[in-house]
Order: sequence, then C-alpha cells, then structure tokens
Amino acid sequence: MGILEDQQARIDQLGGIGCGRKRKEDARFIQGKGNYVDDVKLPGMLHADFVRSPYGHARIKSIDTSKALALPGVRAVLTAKDLAPLKLHWMPTLAGDVQAVLADEKVGFQYQEVAFVVADDRYIAADAVDLVKVEYEELPSITDPFHSMDPDAPVIRPDLDGKDTGAHGKRKHYNHIFTWEVGDKAETDRVFETAPVTVKEQIWYPRNHGMPLETCGSVASFDKVNGELKVWVTSQAPHVVRTVVSLLSGLDESKVHVVAPDIGGGFGVKVGVYPGYVCSIVASIVLGKPVKWIEDRVEHLAATAFGRDYHMTGELAADADGRIQAARFYVLADHGAFDSCADPTKWPAGFFNICTGSYDIKAAHVTVDGVYTNKTPGGVSYRCSFRVTEGSYVIERMIDVLAQKMGLDKAEIRLRNFIKPEQFPYQSALGWEYDSGSYEAGLRKVMEVCDYAALRREQEEKRKRGELMGIGLSTFTEIVGAGPTKICDILGVGMFDSCEIRIHPTGSAIARFGTKDQGQSHRTTYAQILATEVGIPSESIMIEEGDTDTAPYGLGTYGSRSTPTAGAAAARAGRKIRAKAQKIAAHLLEVAEDDLEWDIDRFVVKGVPDQAKTMKEIAWAAYNRTPPGLEPGLEAVEYYDPPNMTYPSGAYLCVVDIDRHTGEVKVRRFYALDDCGTRINPMVIDGQIHGGLTEAFAVAMGQELPYDKAGNLLGASLLDYFVPTAVETPRYETDFTVTPSPHHPIGAKGVGESPHVGGVSAFSNAVIDAFAHAGVTHLNMPYKSSTVWKTIHTLNLDQRA
Amino acid sequence: MIPPSFAYRAPASLKEALALIDESGDDAKFLAGGHSLLPMMKFRVSEPAVLIDLGGVPELQGIREAGDRIHIGPMSTENEIIGSALLQQKCPLLPEVARWIADPQVRNRGTIGGDVAHGDPANDHPAVMLALEADFVLRSSQGERVVPANEFYFGTYFTAMEANEVLAEIRVPVLGPGTGYAYKKLKRKTGDFAIAAACVLLTLDRGICKRIAITLTNVGPTPLRASAAEQALTGKAIDDAAVENAAQLAMQICDPAEDLRGDKEYKTHMAGEMVRRAIRQALERAKEAK
Amino acid sequence: MSEQQTVGFTVNGERHTVSVPTRELLVHTLRERLHLTGTHIGCDSSHCGACTVDLNGRSVKSCTVLTVQAQNAEVLTVEGLAGPDGLHPLQEGFREEHGLQCGFCTPGMLVRAYRFLQENPDPDEDQIRTGMAGNLCRCTGYQNIVKAIRYAAEKQTAGSV
Repeated sequence: MGILEDQQARIDQLGGIGCGRKRKEDARFIQGKGNYVDDVKLPGMLHADFVRSPYGHARIKSIDTSKALALPGVRAVLTAKDLAPLKLHWMPTLAGDVQAVLADEKVGFQYQEVAFVVADDRYIAADAVDLVKVEYEELPSITDPFHSMDPDAPVIRPDLDGKDTGAHGKRKHYNHIFTWEVGDKAETDRVFETAPVTVKEQIWYPRNHGMPLETCGSVASFDKVNGELKVWVTSQAPHVVRTVVSLLSGLDESKVHVVAPDIGGGFGVKVGVYPGYVCSIVASIVLGKPVKWIEDRVEHLAATAFGRDYHMTGELAADADGRIQAARFYVLADHGAFDSCADPTKWPAGFFNICTGSYDIKAAHVTVDGVYTNKTPGGVSYRCSFRVTEGSYVIERMIDVLAQKMGLDKAEIRLRNFIKPEQFPYQSALGWEYDSGSYEAGLRKVMEVCDYAALRREQEEKRKRGELMGIGLSTFTEIVGAGPTKICDILGVGMFDSCEIRIHPTGSAIARFGTKDQGQSHRTTYAQILATEVGIPSESIMIEEGDTDTAPYGLGTYGSRSTPTAGAAAARAGRKIRAKAQKIAAHLLEVAEDDLEWDIDRFVVKGVPDQAKTMKEIAWAAYNRTPPGLEPGLEAVEYYDPPNMTYPSGAYLCVVDIDRHTGEVKVRRFYALDDCGTRINPMVIDGQIHGGLTEAFAVAMGQELPYDKAGNLLGASLLDYFVPTAVETPRYETDFTVTPSPHHPIGAKGVGESPHVGGVSAFSNAVIDAFAHAGVTHLNMPYKSSTVWKTIHTLNLDQRA
Repeated sequence: MIPPSFAYRAPASLKEALALIDESGDDAKFLAGGHSLLPMMKFRVSEPAVLIDLGGVPELQGIREAGDRIHIGPMSTENEIIGSALLQQKCPLLPEVARWIADPQVRNRGTIGGDVAHGDPANDHPAVMLALEADFVLRSSQGERVVPANEFYFGTYFTAMEANEVLAEIRVPVLGPGTGYAYKKLKRKTGDFAIAAACVLLTLDRGICKRIAITLTNVGPTPLRASAAEQALTGKAIDDAAVENAAQLAMQICDPAEDLRGDKEYKTHMAGEMVRRAIRQALERAKEAK
Repeated sequence: MSEQQTVGFTVNGERHTVSVPTRELLVHTLRERLHLTGTHIGCDSSHCGACTVDLNGRSVKSCTVLTVQAQNAEVLTVEGLAGPDGLHPLQEGFREEHGLQCGFCTPGMLVRAYRFLQENPDPDEDQIRTGMAGNLCRCTGYQNIVKAIRYAAEKQTAGSV
C-alpha cells in the first residue's frame, strides 16, 4: 500500500467531514425505541388539558369549576386567579412583551388558554374540560392588521394601557407594538426620486404553521423533599427553558433540570415557552405529583405559535439596464394578541434586513410596524431564522417584478445584479457583512443543466397554444448562525453555543452540545467534525444533547445555527484536544512539540513517518503518562461566540404546468443547487433539502390559517390545514457549489433552512411567471387551485376553442 | 382528543342489532367503519350514549350477484369494494370511485354503507348511487323497505333512514356491456374531500346517447342529479357543443358551501369541468366497449 | 360512568388481556397499557398515519379504532417488525436510504410499508407514493422514504427467489 492509499484508508476509517455515513439516530427510531415527551411515564403521573376560549375577543365574566372538580379523578382546575398569588398568571415573552399564561379577565384570541384541568388520566381530563363553565361577554375582534391602529379600534391589550413605550421603543397606538427601521432613508428616497425605473408591489406572506408531526408537550415533576424540579419538554432550546423556569419560579437554576428528549420535528415551533409548559410545572409544584400536558393537533395549530403573517410593500429603483440602485420596504407585521416572536432580543423583525438578497444594492431602507390583532400570538420561525424567509421572499419576488416591467429575462436581471465573488466580504446597505458567495456560478450551472433557454422557448410555444407554464428562479442568500453575542441575545443570554468533549482512555469519546436535534442528525454530523479534528473514528464518538444537567449551556437549535455555532465549537474543542495530544505525543516520542505534524489520526515526527503516535495511543497515555506539569485526562470545552453570521446561498429552478380549467398547479421539475460551504455529510444535506423544499411547497401551494371577521380561526386541523402526502409532493434534483465561510473553523455555513427560504420563492415565482404574459406581476400565496383558477378565469385564460 | 363515554354493544346478528337500537332509544348510534363517527366523537360534535358496532353482523357483509343486480353488504370496506372481482367485472365504476376515497388505511376501515348512509354531501358514493339508480334496503325490527337512492337524500346529514333503521343492503345494477362510466373528482390532496366531483354513466346506440346519468358530489346539501343535463344529451350525438351544454346545465343546479377549498363560483365551475371530463371519459369507454 | 370491557388480543405475537373503558382508543391501549410507545399520535383525526398498526393483516390508524373493536385481533406494531435474525429489510432500508429524520412518523411508515409490500411486492415509485398516501412526513419530503421502500422490495424479492 502506498502512502496515499494508506492515508485514504485511514481517512475512510475515520468517517469524518465529507462522508455520507449512515445516521446514528436511526437504530432506535426504526425499532420504535424513540423517547419523545409523550413516552415519558412517571409513577403517579397526572394528565392535564386546557379549557380554551371559543371567542376571538371576549371578557371573562365568570369561571365555574365546581362541576369539573366534582368529577371523580379530577385533581385540580387552575385559573388565572390561582396563578396570580404566585405571579405566574402572566409570563415574559422572548420578544420583551408579556403573555397571559391563563386568561386574566379577558381573552385576546380564539383557543386562548383559560383554565388548566389536572386529572388522573387524559380521558377524565378531557371530560372535565367540558364541565368547566365559563361565561364570556364577546367583544369586537380585529383580524385585519390594517385596522389595528384605527382611531376607534377595540383595545386588545388593556394591560398595556398608558404605556407609550414598549420593548422596542415608542408605540404609536394602543394596538401598536413597535416600529423598527434600518438603512439610510434619505439616500434611498433620493435615489428613488431620480431613478429611471421604479417598481412597487404589495406582497403578503400569509400566516402559516410549521406543524411538526409531534405536537408540543411537557412532563413536570417537582420533588418536594429536595426542592428540585425536573421537566421533560418539547424544546429546541432546553437551556433557555431552564433559565426561564428558574426566573419565573424563583427556584435556583441548579435545582431545575430540563430535558429535551427526542423531538418529533421542531421547525421553530418548539423554540418558545408556552402556557402549557408553565401550567404543568405549577400544577406539579402545587400537587406534588408529576403532571403531563400534551397538545392535540387542533390546539397545536390554533394556539401554538404561527409563522410569518407579513404584509410587505416592496419597491425597487433601477437604472435603464435593470441594475438595482435602491430598495425600499415597508412591513405591517401581524403579531396576534401578544408579541411572542422568538427573535433575538434586539431584533423585533428578526433579520428581515437580509432583504437586499444576493444583489449589489447600494441604498436601501426598511420600516417594520408590528401590531396586535385578535389572533394567536407567535411569529416564530418556520424552518427559517428570524424573518429571513420573508426578507428573501420579498426581494426574490421584487426582482421578478422589475424584470417583467423592463422586459428583461428573469435570469438575466439576476446576473446583472449579483454581488461578485471579489466583493466579499460584502457590506450590505442594511448592515450585514456577507462572508462569501458564488452566486453567478450557481445560477449559470442551474441554467446549463436545466437548459433554461430551451424551457423559455417551450414556454413561448405553449403560450401560443393558450397553455400555462411557469419557470421560477430563486437565487437567494440566507443569513444564519445567530449569532455574535455582541448583537444577538435571548433574554440577555448571548447566542453562543458549546461543545464539551471527553476522550476516554481506550480511545472512544463522548461529546455534549448546547444545541438540540429535532431530526437534523447531530449525533451523526457532529461526530464527523470531531472525527476529522481529533482523529478518532466517528463511530467511536457518542454525541449527547438536551439534558441541561449534563450538556454545556447553549442556545439551542433553530435558524440553521447548529453547524455555524456548535459545529464550530466542536471543531475548536477538537483542536484543543489535539493541542494537548501533541504535548503528550511529544513526550512519548521524546521529541519537541514542533517536531511533530498532524497526519489524519496521529502525530508523526516530521520526516520520519514510522515515528508516530496515534490518537488512540495518546488517549491511553493521557490517563497514565502525561508529561510533567500537564494534568491527566483528555477533555476540552469550547463556548463559541461566532464573529459573524454565515450566509448560505442557492440557485433554484422550478417549472410548473397549470391546468387552466381547474387551476391545479403541477410541479414538473425542481432543481436545487445549494451552497452551504463545506459539506459535512452529503446524505444528510440532501435529506435536509428534500424536507425543506417540501415544506416550501406546502407553504406556497396551500398552507394558511385564515380568520373570519369575528375572530374564528378557520381550518385548524389536518382536515383543512394543507400537509402534502407523498403523492402531491414533487421530486427534487439536488446539486451544489462549495464556497466555504472564511470565518467558520471548518468553512461550514448551515443548510437546514435554505431549502425552505429559497424554495418558497422558487415555487411562487414559477406560478406567477405562468401569468407574466398576461401582465400579472404578483399573486399572493397560497396557490390553491381555487385562487389560481380565479386568476385564470378573470384573465379569460380559460377560453375554450 | 378523547371521545365521550358510551356503552358499547357488539351484536352478532342483524336481529340483535335491531333489537338493541329499539331498546337504546334516540341516543344510540350504529357504528360502521367509524371513520366519520369516531372523529366526530373525538371532536365532541357527536356524543351517543350507546354505540352499536355492526362489525360483527354477518348479514351486512359480502358482495354477491343476484340476477341483473349486485347486492352489496354495507359493511364492505372501501378496500373490499376495490378488491372485489365481481364488481371489477360487473360494476367497475364502484371500485374506481372507492380508490378516490381517503387513503389506504382509512379504506381498510371505512365502509360503503357508512359512506352512503351518513348523509354527508362530501362523500363520494352517494352521487354514484344516484347515477346507478341503486336501491337501499332499510331494515328495522318492524320490517324492511326499499328506498331508491334517488329518493334517499333530503339534506346534509338528513336522509330517508329512521333512527331505528339500519342500511341492510345496497343493490346496484350490473353494468351492461357498452355502458360508459366515469367518476371525476377534483381534490386538493390525497384523502381530501372533493372540491367537486361528477359521475357519469351512459349507453350509446349507433353513436346516439341512449341513456345518460349525470350526478354531482359536494356541490349542494345532498348529492345532486343533473336531470336537465341528462335530458339535453339523451337521444343526441354527444359532440363538444353538447358536452358544453350539459356542463352549463349541471352548473345551474349547484349550490356548494364555501370553505377553504373554494367559494361558490369556483366549486360550481369545477362541477361543470368534472362533468365535461366525466362525459368524455364515459364516452370513450362506451365506444371502446363496442 | 364509563363502561369497562375485557379485551383479549395478540400484539406482536404475544397474547394480552386488558380491561378498558369502552371508549379507549387502540393507540392509547398500546402506548399506555402495553407500553408499546413506538406507535405515535400525530393528528387525532386519522389524517397523518403516525399511529398506523397492522390489525388482522390490514393497515389501520389506531387513533380511530376502539380497543373493544380489537377483540381477538392480531396486532403488529413497529416493535414487532424485527425478527430473530435482526432488522426487517424495511428498517434497514430506512436507515440505508436516509428515510427518516426526526423519527416521529417512522413507526407508522414502517408498519404501513410492511403491509404495502405484501399487497404489492414489487411496486414502482408512483405505486409506492399512492400506497403510502395515508402517512404524513414533515422532514424528508418522502423522496428517501420511496427509496427505502424500493430497497426493501428489492431485498425481499431477491430473498424469495
């Protein structure tokens, strides 16, 4: 065996960065041995269920719990009055607002939590819910955010009466939450006044729901003897939950043990802290017994945080060649009855200001107004960090609008406006420093593989025959990996993340992280990063997360932050291990540290390849033969504060055919080229892309949570809420370019949310493109057959020969 | 989601089932496949005190030929309808329709009888029963009566069936050679109810439409029979203009409920479109059979 | 007051007798009384298929079956899928083809696919998609689930020749 073959064999044996190793998570899931929150069973455990408001807006006149309490097996019925003495009837939200844990004299949205019933089993609890009699006086509801700030609008939040300043500055109206501005307004306005071409469009990104297949839930168990509380919870950020619980309950944080066990999908919905978690904890403390609360699907869709609901006005100014000179965006954000967005503290509209996208736009300005309505609170991500999808959507739509107005091809206009490779690091007009990107290369590859020119010719032919075919492009840039602690925190805790690794004497290892997997394959991919960094096979590295007693503090998994933050922590912890291992190896080989070089899984004396110590040998020595002055053991901890965000990007192409007599949209082809920097596990990346694209498809084609004027939520069950099956879901082709992040230790950028962020625009642009020849520049999602047909019918495109 | 408490009875014969419903009174319900009733109970929209499970009643099972009719036990599951060699051969419309209902698991439990008798205008079989001019045999402890499908549906969840009656048999005709058939259903996704659907049965005589039935699903409080459309085609050659005329006439009788699947205008137009497509397919099949 | 009934049935080859309220759902009996928590509850309304089990040789959604309806039934859950010789080819297929992420839909997918491959041992992609249409997945986009089922079909077909 030659040296190269030997090295390749050793690389293969490691199963490190770049290999498509099979997942370590799978063995238990495929055998029914997962451990989700509802699988947790404790002796004497009680079950809880909520009484919820049937009204969108109402005063609570009385609550009579006597009949429920009389039902055998009912242990307690908690209302706001019971929580008030503990000061737990309200809780702080991540957005700097407060939210009623149980409705305090008034409900602000349909399905709001009014009373919490605790019983011996879930059947009795469900019966008792029906026996709680609540008397309501219905109030007028606001479900259209454009009327939230009417002079005579109903007061949604009397508790904020007289407060003209909120967590994010001045409030203009009692139903106003914040105004957030970024960019140079004067310069942007100036460019718009003189630009040869301007376009403007109203674009709504509808309210939807991430809807993981597992609903939310918690099991709280308070140990009165030791004053300790253990909580199993469906959380993407268990450490933050521990801090919140400690702050709310007054228990020492060391006496609060939070466990996020297996999580059946999160997609951002499981970032927040919900009334059910708080109530189960209070009930356990009060009753001295474990209390389980598990949502049903209707509750999940109706009361647990929604996504989006951004009413956006996009404007672009361009020169005569279609080069964008300025961008201006206004957003009216519908936050529901409480502001419980899960954004970093200083970012009330998240990172919406990524809305200049992949394009070199010198002047830009954004204004976002957040308002209350009588709807479910939320506005968390749906597989997207912090309003990135909304920002990306509005620019990817607007550039199509501009192309159409100027009669330019939609690929051509992108090529003219891309930020060029030599411009990185690139300072965006709205304050970001993009790390790296190869936008033109990506789009050109997609155009070539899919023969874009031929598709346009085909479309031309079809249009002559009256057929509807659309080609959608999305050349998005994401912003993920929140984030530098100087600008990003949640409740004051900086958004670093962490890795702690211990190498055992026999050369296997355990590593723990502050993030929390919900399907992203951390057990598999973190081990790959560590394998490459420390030279131990990934098969021998066990990964743990989710137990706050054992894992180092971290801010959790959402917004594609795990690889940019905890993945970086892994690499750097691994390097600390290697640094110590080098000292031990030098001692063992009786050479100076500098005489050694790292070679895959060992330190080798420079120029003397057979003089080497493998990491396995070094691990053993770390426990018995460390050099004088060096402590035994082989462990490292890294709390990684990223210097910047990472900026994954992609070029997607979607082709749709539309049945002009039914409005049905059929996705004929979807080609997704992603650039997530260094690729850790191609198999896992493809899986993430497939899943994110499918969610994007669902968002574009059918997901909605509409309300009627009275504040009733229409369609909060799987009978109505659109989740595609295997039959409707398109097939995807995936591809990639690799432009590493220069500031990330291994150059990785994160990939989970890219397909969602980029996918929605691609599907949307494809559908709208099918109508471009009829002068249509925008159609709001979702593209249900009914709404698409209405467009067809209105435009007379369904004429029969 | 938890159903309310109820007493459960599992009769072993039709006689026993009918005696049970008599003694249980108004709060009793028959349980067929349970895929409409149990979800309604879990949502606490329906709270029967007694459930009488028809799953163990042998008289309600089986599919057999009786002269020029096929007698279908109402407890036949949708998958049994799909898998029935007899139906595939003699009334292939029914297996074709059943494939459009729900999903594989639900079709293993959901029964044709439940679908037909529930009175939900979104269900698929009722319109098909109208087109087939099926007969429903209703049995109570007092005896038996036969109600034509075309006289069975009064309104949403409101049928000719009395509370003490059970649907004991569904009788459909054997489709003669040369009968063209089609069921066209537009839906958002697998398992969803129809936005609109149309059923067409027709026979030709030397290119002339001898007989045609056109019925509609989920565009009114009951399944609808488009009689005017049928009359317009009967005795004529079915050309494009005739199809269009029939579709327009069918649309005139639609009065769909608005929901997230679409408004009245859309659903009405889709009923028309499904009629066009169903007539064309039925026509092709009738011609092929010749 | 809720009526109780005694129900005897076989789960994964093991005979069980339970006394349950008549309204108890099969999924709860499996999860709470028999501690077979592989079967999940996803939607409560028979749309998602996470609760799929095999009942007398047919795939059903156990959130919409009463336990009393399972009298004398043969039930198979995900826990009964692996044989004495190791994983079922479908379990292998899901692992090999990355057919799962969060794992929540997986038991229902596997149990449905197990029955589907008996109904149709050599399905093409469209048939797989139609045959699996009663099971929702939020993570994978189904593409690798289809591959996983093909993997198992090929392995089983090869094994039976």
